[in-house]
Amino acid sequence: MRRVAIVGAGLTKFYRNTQETPKELAYEATKMALDSCEMTLSDINCVVHGTAPDAFDGVHMKGEYLSDASGGLRKPYMRHFVGGGTGVFSPIHGWFHVASGMFDTCLVVCEEKMSAAYPHPAGAFLTIFDHTTEQPLYPTLIYIFAIEMNRFMTTHGYRKEDIALVAVKNKKNAMNHPSAQLPGEITVQDVLNSEIMAWPVNRLDISPTSDGAAAILLASEDVARRITEKPIWMDGVGFCLDTAYWCTRDLYYPDYLEVAARQAYKMAGIKEPSKEIHVAEPYDPFTYKELHHIEGLMLAPRGKSVQMLVDGAFNRDGNLPTSPSGGLLGVGNPIAAAGLMKIIEIYLQLKGEAGKRQIPGKPTCGVANAWGDLMQVGTVVVMRS
Amino acid sequence: MEITEKMVEKTATKLSAEEILGGKVLSVKWEPKLKYAWDNGPAIGRYLAELKNGKIIAKKCDKCHRIMLPPRMFCELCWVPTGEWVYVQDTGIVNTWIVGYVDWKATRLDIKGGVRPITPGIIEIDGASKGMGILHHLGEVDPWKIYRGMKVKAVWKPPEERTGAITDIKYFKPID
Repeated sequence: MRRVAIVGAGLTKFYRNTQETPKELAYEATKMALDSCEMTLSDINCVVHGTAPDAFDGVHMKGEYLSDASGGLRKPYMRHFVGGGTGVFSPIHGWFHVASGMFDTCLVVCEEKMSAAYPHPAGAFLTIFDHTTEQPLYPTLIYIFAIEMNRFMTTHGYRKEDIALVAVKNKKNAMNHPSAQLPGEITVQDVLNSEIMAWPVNRLDISPTSDGAAAILLASEDVARRITEKPIWMDGVGFCLDTAYWCTRDLYYPDYLEVAARQAYKMAGIKEPSKEIHVAEPYDPFTYKELHHIEGLMLAPRGKSVQMLVDGAFNRDGNLPTSPSGGLLGVGNPIAAAGLMKIIEIYLQLKGEAGKRQIPGKPTCGVANAWGDLMQVGTVVVMRS
Repeated sequence: MEITEKMVEKTATKLSAEEILGGKVLSVKWEPKLKYAWDNGPAIGRYLAELKNGKIIAKKCDKCHRIMLPPRMFCELCWVPTGEWVYVQDTGIVNTWIVGYVDWKATRLDIKGGVRPITPGIIEIDGASKGMGILHHLGEVDPWKIYRGMKVKAVWKPPEERTGAITDIKYFKPID
C-alpha cells in the first residue's frame, strides 16, 4: 500500500442556522481546501463525500445532491455514512482510494445542515431505533447518551462536576478557532446550573445543532511531495462497528473504539499510545464522551481519565492536549463536518499552523476519532508530520 | 496555511430563528407523511405474541449458551442459528437510567408545572444472561431515587388492552 498525505484543508464557519444551502457550504469548504495548496479541480482524480442522515435535510440521495458542490462532477465519486463516525471515516475512505494505487489525489468533503429539520433535528433520530422493540418507547439520542454517561459514571465513581471540566476546557480552546459557534469562558458551576436535558446531561454538556462543511485533499507520496514541503501523513487508520443490540453491551467502555484504535496503532507502529501520541482530538459531542474516548483510545487507563483531566493533562499546555480545536462542544457539531474538523485540527497542529491554538512542543504525532450510530461505531486516524 | 478568521468569515451567514420563523428569509416547509407496516419475523413475532400473554420469552444460543433478549433467530456472536425458546422473568435490575426533562423531539417538558420527568433505562431481565438488557421506562418511583442495581418488576396493561407490543408492559416499578 502507498503512503497517503493530507496536503490541504478548508472549513466554513459553523452556525446554528446558515443562510447558505448545503451545496453552498460544501462548495466553500472544498474551494478553500483546493486554494490552500494551490490546486484546481483538474488536479483531482476522485472525490469522496461524508454526510450524516438524509433525514436532516429531508433530501434522499444526499451524496448525489452534494456531488457538484464537492467537486465530484464527472469524476469517480462516492458517499459514505457511518452516523456520527462519518467525519473521521471520510479520510479513511479517501485513504483507500489513494493507498490502493488507484488514484493519486482525492478530495474528501463533509457537509451537514442540521437546522433544516424543524423544530429540532433530535426528532429525526427516532427512526434509528428498532421499529418494534424500541421506537414505541420514544427514545432519542440525548436519552441513550445520558444512559451511557450514567453507566460510565456509576462504574468508575466519576462525578458530574469533574466531567463538566471538559466543557470548560473545550469552549475555552474554541475561543481561538475562527469557525467556532459556541466559544466562551465558562465555569463548572455554569455547566451544572444549565438546564437539565436528560440527567446526568445538562445543556452545557452537549454540543449544539450546527450547519457547516469541511474538506481536505489527500495525495499519494510522490504527488504530495510536489505539492507541499510539509505533507501530513495518514499513518494509521481503523474502524469498527459493534452490535445494534446496544442494550446488551456494557456501555461503560467503548470496545468498538479500542478495536479500531488497535488497528490504527498497529498500522502506524505505535506501541505505547499515551507516550507516542502528542495531541488528540477525541470525539466530544457530549462532555463525558471525550473522556470515554480517551479511555477507548488507550490514552488513559480505564477509570483514570477524570483524574488526568482534573490534573490538567488534557489542557492545551498539558502532557496530552485533547480537543485543542475546541471540539464539538466549542466549535460546533455539524455531524460529518465536525469529525473532519477534528482531522483538520490535527493536520494544522502537526504542520505548526494552528495559530493561537498551536500546542507547545512541536507535536509530530496525533490521533482523531469519531463515533456514532447506536453508540457502536469507532473511526480512528493516526497522523504524523 | 493557517485557516484564519478572514478566510472563514464569508463562507457562511448566520440567521436567527426569528428571521426564519418570521418569514424574513423565505423557506419551504414540508411535513413528510410516511407509512410503514413492518414485518417482525419469527423471533420478534413470538416475542410480541408472548408479551400479549403477559410473558417475556427469550431464545438460547446452543453454542455460547447465552439466553438472549430480545429473541433472535441467529446468534450474532457465534453466527449460528439459535436453539430453544426460554421463558424469562418479568423482573430485573436497573443497569443504567436517566431523568429526562425533554421528550424525543427535544421539546422541554413542563417539569415546574408538575409533569413527571421521563425515566427510561436499561433493565437486565432475570433469567436472561447477565447483562442482557432491554430498553424500557421506569414508573411508580421518584425519578431521583432510582439507582443502579435497583430491583424492578414489569407493570402490565390489563390483558384486554394488550396488542402484542413492547408497550404491553407499561413500565417497570421497584420491588423490595
